[in-house]
Amino acid sequence: MTYLTKPKLHHPSLQPNQLGFTRRDYEGAISTLCAGCGHDSISAALIQACYQLDLPPHRIAKLSGIGCSSKTPTYFLGASHGFNSVHGRMPSVLTGANLANRDLIYLGVSGDGDSASIGLGQFAHLMRRGVNMLYIVENNGVYGLTKGQFSATSDCGSKSKKGVANTDEAIDMAAMALQLGATFVARSFSGDKTQLVPLIEAALSHRGTAFIDCISPCVAFNNHMGSTKSFDYVREHNEAVNFLDVITPRAEITTEYSEGAVQEVTQHDGSILRLRKLAGDYDVNDRIAAMRFLAEHAAEGEIVTGLLYVDPDAEDMHLHIKTVPTPLKDLNETALCPGSAALHKLNASLR
Amino acid sequence: MDDGARVTLTDVNDPNYFHKVVDCQWACPAHTPGPEYIRLIADGRYSDAYMINWKSNVFPGILGRTCDRPCEPACRRGRVEKEPVAICRLKRVAADYKDDIRDRLPGKGPSNGKRVALVGAGPASLTVARDLLPLGYEVVIYDGDNRAGGMIRSQIPKFRLPESVIDEEVNYILDMGAVTRLGQRVDSMEELLKENYDAIFVGCGAPRGRDLDVPGRQEAAANIHIGIDWLSSVSFGHITKIGKRVIVLGGGNTAMDCCRSSRRLGGESVTVVVRSGFEEMKASPWEKEDAMHEDIPILNYHVPKRVEHDNGKLKGMWFEKVKVELDEKGRRNLVPTGEPDVLIECDDVLVAIGQENAFPWIERDAGIDFDRWGLPIIGEKTLQASLPNVFFGGDAAFGPKNIIWAVAHGHDAAISIDKYCQSLDVADRPPPLFNLVSQKMGIHEWSYDNEVSNDLRYRVPLREKALALKDIKMEVELGFDPVLAFQEAERCLNCDIETVFAPKLCIECDACVDICPVDCITFTAPGDEEDLRTRLMAPAPNLTQDLYISDGLKTGRYMVKDEDVCLHCGMCAERCPTGAWDMQKFFLEMAHADAGHACHR
Ligand SMILES: Cc1cc2nc3c(=O)[nH]c(=O)nc-3n(C[C@H](O)[C@H](O)[C@H](O)COP(=O)(O)OP(=O)(O)OC[C@H]3O[C@@H](n4cnc5c(N)ncnc54)[C@H](O)[C@@H]3O)c2cc1C
Ligand SMILES: Cc1ncc(C[n+]2csc(CCOP(=O)(O)OP(=O)(O)O)c2C)c(N)n1
Ligand code: SF4
Ligand code: SF4
Ligand code: SF4
Ligand SMILES: [Mg+2]
Repeated sequence: MTYLTKPKLHHPSLQPNQLGFTRRDYEGAISTLCAGCGHDSISAALIQACYQLDLPPHRIAKLSGIGCSSKTPTYFLGASHGFNSVHGRMPSVLTGANLANRDLIYLGVSGDGDSASIGLGQFAHLMRRGVNMLYIVENNGVYGLTKGQFSATSDCGSKSKKGVANTDEAIDMAAMALQLGATFVARSFSGDKTQLVPLIEAALSHRGTAFIDCISPCVAFNNHMGSTKSFDYVREHNEAVNFLDVITPRAEITTEYSEGAVQEVTQHDGSILRLRKLAGDYDVNDRIAAMRFLAEHAAEGEIVTGLLYVDPDAEDMHLHIKTVPTPLKDLNETALCPGSAALHKLNASLR
Repeated sequence: MDDGARVTLTDVNDPNYFHKVVDCQWACPAHTPGPEYIRLIADGRYSDAYMINWKSNVFPGILGRTCDRPCEPACRRGRVEKEPVAICRLKRVAADYKDDIRDRLPGKGPSNGKRVALVGAGPASLTVARDLLPLGYEVVIYDGDNRAGGMIRSQIPKFRLPESVIDEEVNYILDMGAVTRLGQRVDSMEELLKENYDAIFVGCGAPRGRDLDVPGRQEAAANIHIGIDWLSSVSFGHITKIGKRVIVLGGGNTAMDCCRSSRRLGGESVTVVVRSGFEEMKASPWEKEDAMHEDIPILNYHVPKRVEHDNGKLKGMWFEKVKVELDEKGRRNLVPTGEPDVLIECDDVLVAIGQENAFPWIERDAGIDFDRWGLPIIGEKTLQASLPNVFFGGDAAFGPKNIIWAVAHGHDAAISIDKYCQSLDVADRPPPLFNLVSQKMGIHEWSYDNEVSNDLRYRVPLREKALALKDIKMEVELGFDPVLAFQEAERCLNCDIETVFAPKLCIECDACVDICPVDCITFTAPGDEEDLRTRLMAPAPNLTQDLYISDGLKTGRYMVKDEDVCLHCGMCAERCPTGAWDMQKFFLEMAHADAGHACHR
């Protein structure tokens, strides 16, 4: 942890975005996590992505559970809304917030303990519902905040710092998200921002539930020999399926690629996801194939990263439950309480 | 790995690498360890701060008021916010608030039997004396003036530099045991050579003021004065007043001193007139500011044409208005605008259009070669003349410069003289002494104050203008008080606390990249410098600042740090989980002839 705040002075060439904010304006309080924590790199990637997308900080809501990962929203987007909920309960609180105010951009930040252990049920149901959000799990394979117990995403056979092997099967959260109906699923690595930043940008522009499983080494408890979530191990076993460029509706298209090597996906907001294929003929629109690909490569001990699946025509919860376009919190009393006549009418229709 | 790309990996064992990062020290001709003394000032250790300065630049109290401060335009702070640290005026604080430091000064060493003559008692000669006396040389200083100090005493007006400050710092050296022959001009080099000194140092300055050649100049001579002659007459009290309306010709520091002195000797309407543009003036921006603050207008693009006089009684001066035109080679030329000439009425004219070297006392057949501009042909570092026992320094060496250059020359000449007198190779220059020491005290504790101040540059308080203009000896600047000095010192970024990278320890976690407030650090694929500069976290267009390039990382990438705007805040080192970054203090001292003799207590 650092005691001083980050100096205000910045690089003289720092550029403001369309809204007039520099990247530094998207920062938060200085991090109190351990020096070198992967979570801090994810915070930096979120800052970079929000700056590049010209997102207005005051229109973003960050919600989290409990854990080192769940603490991080304090360390980025200092001018955004924040809610630090109960352990594993970010999904329900965020769903509620989204129901009440569908106009905000929702960012759920969680850990592998928060989402794969105590919050597994909440995680599953949120994925099913298609809540419009980016759900990011900062996955270090341990309960960092409580000093490094194995979490449910820790691989079977992975060794603790003291050398004891984990004997339980691991939950693959990306595979679960695919199975449960998330319409944007990706995996990345905190140590590779060239991959992570575009994935976050794409996820933030996705309508529906976007899930990113981001492996994030814990330098204090899970970065040793024998760990399968260490910097070295992840770098050695990383199998990226594609490289993503996000082209926002405003941006000019400049780079050209040879045919066949590129797959383009246009999302509902007009953003184009341009994927340079790295692994053969991987198709990001094929959910079943994605699940098979993950399973096969997991069996070989490889960590598949990149954009695994996207449904460009995805719908979100509000479409499913037919809420009015106006955020509920903006409806006045007469709209929300149409009176006893309306109630009688409704009751009568159900008889 | 890098396909044979030309890459200059950084060699941190080369003292120049980290020295260059300390921008102010690198830019200082005497390489004064700026941040070291600034920290001592912040700490209230004024005497220690003074001694650091005294060793490097010999005249901290004088330079703290008058230095041309090449360090300030170079100061890193000016690249990350509006203005550099007030490095120069902080030096004055050390001099103003120090205790009696006389017992920390070196004395004359036991005689080594060698005798050296110094011609001129300006800063160059005095520096030679200061370096040679502790080694046991007998040093004999000649000067035509009755008091030592050179132009520091004869030219710089007392409202900028009080006499007491000159006396104090000149006497520190004379009291070491120099033999002075003041009031004794050397009229012949040949005669001096006959006195069998082991070496002779020529520090006689550039004493001739350039004159103006326009019609009427000679007729109205009674009220047209050469700037530097007039200033020395003012300094020595021979001149005490001037007419109400004064024109000062020229845009250098002599002109600035002439116009400000005139304001104090009765000049009510004083105008500075320069041929070229305001920007092109030789005077430093702060000198121009000081003049304008004293209600002195500066008129540019006016070329003097002729003197208006009535039977030799000066009436005014005619000027032609000009503008800049670029010729086909892109050179600036001043061409008439075609507007009618302008008459400026006046009672006196001060001509401050340049200074020249003159060595009328050196016989041209004495064995000392001169070039076609009349300057001695000497070794650039050795300062040795074609006659091997003669050395030049200060304004006499390469034409008029300033005090700090005179001091730097003095140090270099003393090394040469010492080597020459021992029959050693004069060209073999001693390397600077340097070391690099970790400043880590605890996980997040450093032995320096790494918090970066957001304060803008503090102004030095001035004496009220009406009072200041009344007395030519009244010092205008009041200097920083200890509180202001502390606040200004805190603006220093501690550029000498270097970021030192140990690739073997790095786990490439990106923590340093993420935290760096100025985006200095990048981990990227190998390449040569030109290529690397195009793909860093932030643009690196400043080619005068190095890239710190390191290989040896597990992934085969390079760590590249652009030194340009690093704040030396230590955040990278605090964030590094493995200690791959460390903050280490780089201390470099130039070699001086008396190294190991001076102030070792
Ligand atoms: C008006 C004016 C203002 C200046 N202001 C500044 C300033 O603010 N800051 C700054 O850094 N620099 C300033 N300078 C420049 C600075 O004064 C000189 O660069 C510096 O003094 C040069 O030092 P020096 O040792 O080479 O010689 P000088 O200081 O010129 O000393 C030479 C000495 O040699 C003596 N001498 C000459 N010939 C003989 C001889 N034949 N025999 C015996 N003695 C002889 C002279 O009497 C003189 O005392 C200023 C110069 C002028 C003219
Ligand atoms: C209801 C409840 N149960 C248990 C805890 C203790 N606890 C705090 S954080 C945590 C695990 C956090 O792990 P993870 O989400 O992976 O976060 P990390 O610290 O690894 O980033 C646990 C079990 C708690 N705070 N609340
Ligand atoms: S910030 Fe301090 S150390 Fe750096 S150049 Fe300026 S005065 Fe020197
Ligand atoms: S000391 Fe480190 S963190 Fe601070 S500006 Fe320099 S490189 Fe960046
Ligand atoms: S913080 Fe340290 S270990 Fe991490 S990348 Fe920087 S130098 Fe390497
Ligand atoms: Mg965890």
